Amino acid sequence: MLKALSPAQDTSTRQAVIAVLVENEAGVLARVIGLFSGRGYNIDSLTVAPVDDEKQLSRITIVTSGTAMVIEQIKAQLDRLVPVHKVADLTMEGPHIARELALIKVAGTGEKRVEALRIADAFRARVVDATTESFVFEMTGATDKLDAFVALMRPLGLVEVSRTGIVAIARGPKGIDG
Amino acid sequence: MTSTETLSGAEIVLRALKDQGVDVIFGYPGGAVLPIYDALFQQNAIRHILVRHEQAAVHAAEGYARSTGKVGVVLVTSGPGATNTVTGLVDALMDSIPVVCLTGQVPTHLIGNDAFQEADTTGITRPATKHNYLVKDVNALGRILHEAFYVARSGRPGPVVVDLPKDVLISRGVYQGMPATPHRSYRPVVDPDPHAIAQAVRILKSAKRPIVYAGGGVINSGPEASRLLTEFVHLTGFPCTNTLMGLGAFPGSDPQFLGMLGMHGTYEANLAMHGCDAMLNIGARFDDRVTGRLRDFSPHSLKIHADIDPSSINKNVRVDCAIVGDATRVLAALIAAWKADPTKPDTGALAAWWKQIDLWRSRDCLRYRQDASPKAVIKPQHAIKRLYEIARETGRDVFITTEVGQHQMWAAQFWKFERPNRWLTSGGLGTMGYGLPAAIGAQIAHPEALVIDIAGEASILMNIQEMSTLAQYRLPVKVFILNNEYMGMVRQWQELLHGGRYSESYSAALPDFVKLAESFHAVGLRAKSLGDLDGVIREMLAVDRAVIADICVDKHENCFPMIPSGAAHNEMILGPEDEAPSGAAQPGVTEEGMVLV
Repeated sequence: MLKALSPAQDTSTRQAVIAVLVENEAGVLARVIGLFSGRGYNIDSLTVAPVDDEKQLSRITIVTSGTAMVIEQIKAQLDRLVPVHKVADLTMEGPHIARELALIKVAGTGEKRVEALRIADAFRARVVDATTESFVFEMTGATDKLDAFVALMRPLGLVEVSRTGIVAIARGPKGIDG
Repeated sequence: MTSTETLSGAEIVLRALKDQGVDVIFGYPGGAVLPIYDALFQQNAIRHILVRHEQAAVHAAEGYARSTGKVGVVLVTSGPGATNTVTGLVDALMDSIPVVCLTGQVPTHLIGNDAFQEADTTGITRPATKHNYLVKDVNALGRILHEAFYVARSGRPGPVVVDLPKDVLISRGVYQGMPATPHRSYRPVVDPDPHAIAQAVRILKSAKRPIVYAGGGVINSGPEASRLLTEFVHLTGFPCTNTLMGLGAFPGSDPQFLGMLGMHGTYEANLAMHGCDAMLNIGARFDDRVTGRLRDFSPHSLKIHADIDPSSINKNVRVDCAIVGDATRVLAALIAAWKADPTKPDTGALAAWWKQIDLWRSRDCLRYRQDASPKAVIKPQHAIKRLYEIARETGRDVFITTEVGQHQMWAAQFWKFERPNRWLTSGGLGTMGYGLPAAIGAQIAHPEALVIDIAGEASILMNIQEMSTLAQYRLPVKVFILNNEYMGMVRQWQELLHGGRYSESYSAALPDFVKLAESFHAVGLRAKSLGDLDGVIREMLAVDRAVIADICVDKHENCFPMIPSGAAHNEMILGPEDEAPSGAAQPGVTEEGMVLV
């Protein structure tokens, strides 16, 4: 027989990567963001783009954190929005791949410039713009790899960084809407 | 009609309303919606009720919806017309009331230009509605309107706004009727999982101290759900308590009914919730007014929660068995599974449980002391009790609306609702000013019924302009004011929690409600002492006109029982004898609780 759940609730928090398939229509992103701000949930990262022109679908990837109960609430609240097709908790549903793209501008001359290029090469960052006194590197990877690269560029003349936030997908043959 | 025939946007609106079976709408005209008002003028199928403030239009639509089970419809103009509906929309959102609100908008080419009477209506109402739409193409208008009605009434019902730019209302397009295919992304689950039903029956069959806790979801599901709830409770022999929203889902005079639970619920309902070992929550949401301090809420029970909204489950209280589905289908499945299961329930334990409950009942927690002398000050509870008894003598179908405050809680405690859809009150949002416009909606829907707004003298002033609507449509609504010259619930909290410092809670400079009634073409009555009370009530009910009855009641009466915010169910204040001396800390009141509302 079941035992009554302890009223003392689990307060440990975890990070969750949530993929949301939505109608590609005006206001849908505002609904999702408004849900998070209105109910006091965290957004660590959020990305959105159309993924299927024929079916008019966009995919939102949200990285959030909270207790198990809060993460369950977030998923249920997202699923309740009228233009939401599917909500998937990639963190819970098995292994997944999470990637981020960054453009990193570094300015400098002499030894610092050479060092920046050498490190970029080691990190497999691509040079997508160059002048005699600057580079723009393009880099794709896991968040911690990007963090590490940005940290190394800081003393070498880091000017600014633009990052996409995380996009994620489950490993294996199945899609979230399947 | 051929599919190539074109109609104006305004004509499409009326056509879609007619196809949805709408026969009455509540509204207020203005520049942006003039094309719809012009189309309304030229037809007879849909009746328009002109309110005096757009907030009241939404509450009237809520009153109509709650008393009929149909979708309530609102029509207002852009800008202030739309922003004035926001309180009503949030009220409908919190209490899950199906409403479609049509708002005018400036023409599409002016949107974003700060045009006259422009407001970002979809932006403002996004968190105030279940869903909203801005229609930019007249050819999509028919489809969107039908979708709006579907979203408003299906799943967990709620308000839906459709924002209509004036050029869309004027331009011509093709009307699309009701869609034949299901919605692309919105498909609420209504049929419960049989495994969850089986698990629930296993828990309930082995219970020694069970309770059924039913809420507004049972009412929203339709009268059949209330019938099935009653059948299930009788079948099992379990005690049943209702939330404020659920009153009427189970007959109020049934011996198995423990009354309302929660902050001002009965002693027996709250202690039974605290002491039970198995709880079936059906269509309620473990609201903070019901649970009190969460970590001490019903600490020894296995909890089953049936709700049509999956986000209500495990939101506040973790449950052992979750059932997602419509209350009617859930109850039908529970009854079938209970009958099919060969396990015999523990009748001996159930009898002992009822013995305990009867002991709690014998505390008679709603008792009050009414001095019997004709000169005596009227106790507010006694006024409601007499209204209930005299209204019942008439044999008429009675609908009760309320404002918000002490009078609302006393009405919930003392009125026994035997059927669903007869009790219309603002629960989740707690909107003062709700009762009079809601009574308009109920009276429009039920012209022969007796509709009474049990009010307080402070709340009633928040939408008093609707007396004019009563006069225009000759609606014989009875406004029964428990006049204690205080915002009574504010005063009660100040007395119990803030050392008796009655900051701004005195109702100064009140109008003479009798003269006020007369100036609005209604009948004004007043009861100053006990000797007047029955006569005033009888006259109020006998007159076939709108009435304001100003009942002068005890200014210092408090509403008990009371579970202070942040306290547990077993830390109830039962009455004046439980109150701590002035200035001292109340039992059950903690620092933690003081920050709660």
